[in-house]
Amino acid sequence: MAHDNPTGWRRWVYSTNHKDIGVMYLWFAFFAGLIGFAMSGLMRMELEHPGVQFLPEFLGITEDHARHMFNVLTTGHGLIMVFFMVMPALIGGFGNYFVPLMIGAPDMAFPRMNNVSFWLMPPAFILLLLSTVVEGAPGMNGFGGGWTAYAPLSTSGHPGPSMDLAIFSLHVAGASSIMGAINYITTIFNMRAPGMTLHKMPLFSWSILITAFLLVLSLPVLAGAITMLLTDRNFGTTFFDPAGGGDPILFQHLFWFFGHPEVYIMILPAFGIVSHIVSTFSRKPVFGYLGMAYAMAAIGFIGFVVWAHHMYTVGLDVDTKAYFVAATMVIAVPTGVKIFSWIATMWGGSIRFEVPMMYAIAFILLFTVGGVTGVVLSNAGADIVLHDTYYVVAHFHYVLSLGAVFAIFAGLYYWVGKMSGKQYPNLLAHIQFWITFIGVNLIFFPQHFLGLQGMPRRYVDYTDAHAYWNWVSTLGYKVTAVGVLLFIVVMAMTLFKKKKDCADNPWGEGATTLEWTLSSPPPFHQFNELPKIK
Amino acid sequence: MNVKRLTAGVMAAWTALFGFTVSALAEGVIGTPDEKGVWLQEPVNEQAARVVDFNELLLWIITVITIFVFALMFYVMVRYRAKANPEPSKTSHNTLIEIIWTVVPIGVLVVIGFWSIPLLYFQDVVPKTEFAIRVTGNQWNWTYSYPDHGDIEFTSTLVPNEAYKSSPSFDPAVKAEYEAGLTQFLGKPAQLNARLLDTNNRLVVPVDTKIKVMLTATDVIHAWTIQKVGIKLDAVPGRLNETWFEINKEGTYYGQCSELCGKDHAFMPITVEAVSKEEFAKWVERAKAAYADAGTTALGR
Repeated sequence: MAHDNPTGWRRWVYSTNHKDIGVMYLWFAFFAGLIGFAMSGLMRMELEHPGVQFLPEFLGITEDHARHMFNVLTTGHGLIMVFFMVMPALIGGFGNYFVPLMIGAPDMAFPRMNNVSFWLMPPAFILLLLSTVVEGAPGMNGFGGGWTAYAPLSTSGHPGPSMDLAIFSLHVAGASSIMGAINYITTIFNMRAPGMTLHKMPLFSWSILITAFLLVLSLPVLAGAITMLLTDRNFGTTFFDPAGGGDPILFQHLFWFFGHPEVYIMILPAFGIVSHIVSTFSRKPVFGYLGMAYAMAAIGFIGFVVWAHHMYTVGLDVDTKAYFVAATMVIAVPTGVKIFSWIATMWGGSIRFEVPMMYAIAFILLFTVGGVTGVVLSNAGADIVLHDTYYVVAHFHYVLSLGAVFAIFAGLYYWVGKMSGKQYPNLLAHIQFWITFIGVNLIFFPQHFLGLQGMPRRYVDYTDAHAYWNWVSTLGYKVTAVGVLLFIVVMAMTLFKKKKDCADNPWGEGATTLEWTLSSPPPFHQFNELPKIK
Repeated sequence: MNVKRLTAGVMAAWTALFGFTVSALAEGVIGTPDEKGVWLQEPVNEQAARVVDFNELLLWIITVITIFVFALMFYVMVRYRAKANPEPSKTSHNTLIEIIWTVVPIGVLVVIGFWSIPLLYFQDVVPKTEFAIRVTGNQWNWTYSYPDHGDIEFTSTLVPNEAYKSSPSFDPAVKAEYEAGLTQFLGKPAQLNARLLDTNNRLVVPVDTKIKVMLTATDVIHAWTIQKVGIKLDAVPGRLNETWFEINKEGTYYGQCSELCGKDHAFMPITVEAVSKEEFAKWVERAKAAYADAGTTALGR
């Protein structure tokens, strides 16, 4: 049949093949990630020294305009990293490529919808990039209201069309994610190989299944909230405008009802990847498999009932706050189960420190640091001095930038041989790990100090007492930038190799999931005869 | 080794490392952040002191947890590296240990909650206060009014960079002008303390007095905070948020807008001058005269 092995541009643009779509998602996330990383670079360079000097000079704009531009950068960095880097990489990329392989399915349940899911992402990204070059705040380009887009700063505060483009961008990206989520749920429920019960399913598939449920339950709420923003902005409704009986706080409730599950959407697939890697390189099955699976389910469920811990200072009723304190702290329990189970998986193992394992171990250590500062912030009584400071920035970058992103690195090193048939250069990859590890910690650990000293987040300039740790943080960014450049070199050296040198299973007997039973790279269509799981 | 002495030793080392003590402060605290500081600013009232104490308890707990996890990891990495342990075990279950690592964290959380919840109610439930002030956030300054003191009302704006030696655009004349304005406003010698924290006038309050704060905003959401006083609350258009504070030490205290509010979010600081009750009474009389006609800026700049 002609459509069996399409070639040239048709293979990619018309693609209904889960592996090709997964690869396209990964490339998309890579390029979006570079843009998001560059944006954070502009911010860190501006914050290297007190005063507003870098952005005006670098971009050739007035200081006044630079103040707004800084907010546009924080907004763009946040939206890009969340919607166009972490999610496409973990869910669209690794999810598409490996869920069907791991459950022994020939492809996703709805291959053509899978194609639509991916091809909605580039237009969504273009809309977001366009929003930075049209008018937002009066007389200035771009939307500078943060990725949270709180009203009224996102309504009356930014009358220009920039915000409308950003809203459309999220609509389109959201539609893409919802379709992807429906596809995963259907695939995982209906297309597992004979004998693979849910309780035998690999943990990465579990993590994607739970993530998909979080997506279909939370994204419609975001879509509703930003649609209300849109009508408030353009059609005279007043959902969030007190002058017409609306309430700005309503937007925050709606946003965080989506926004909190969203952070688990970003970290659960990372949990899945780390579980596989830890098990593989310890040559042991995952410790407490069922506990691991249900801990993720518990985190997903509790994730829906803790949203107002992002809103401790908006003036909530005190009993409401007390509830959200208690509910939020509960999340630490299943998260602790995961951390301890990973350690127990390594306990008694025969551990090899390959690059994916280095990233996975770093993930566990750094996620612990980000997790315990989360426990601090969950207490409204402590949060009162830390809310909206750099302590929060440090906390969520420890769990995302050093958590989710480290899991993406781990996954790439773990699976790049499987996906391309070519193995990465080992020594250089180890160097890349260490430089990145040192760099990101140097960026984000001092930010705890800045936050404790009261430096608010989203500030283009700070009082002179904060100069030292900001300088250190920017130094960390420069180190990390070397790590990122080296990552590009490592990946280029891998992918431009002439010879395919990766064995079907390069990691040995510890790697037990089905993708390692196939060739590297896997055939264009796999499992024409379904594997049987005992 | 005596446990008590050990504890005392650890506490002393802690204090040396992180610098927080409850030592008496000199009169007239200048509440700027600490250069290269790594811990919370020194508190000047019970509200902030309890927050600092609680944070310190939390820091102990999370440090112990983190060290425990790191130690386990390093032990496992050394003891079970492939060279030292070529044959992996097959263990993948141990019900007892799974129960332990579920129940023990719950216990730790209960302990935290035991401190956390009372602190929350202490902060949040407004006690009987002596008078109220109204704080209104605007893009990009704060308006303060004293409804119980003849509607004194003034707007507090940032002192520009030109008034500071650390800025390349330093102009001594600007510094002198603002310091003179502040001196006139407060009725006592005043100086500028920190770039991006000083304002052209200050919210003047008496010490040892419970004061109610009523917050709102005119355009977008802002947040009013002073860390040393242990207070932070959003100013939301269309809403009236309420909180309270009591400062026990005279001094100048600083905060910065803590909810993204647009272009000049970083340029609308909060400055509070806590003075003795007598001095406050004198200031009120002067301010009443000066601001009888709301909106004038007869005092200060």
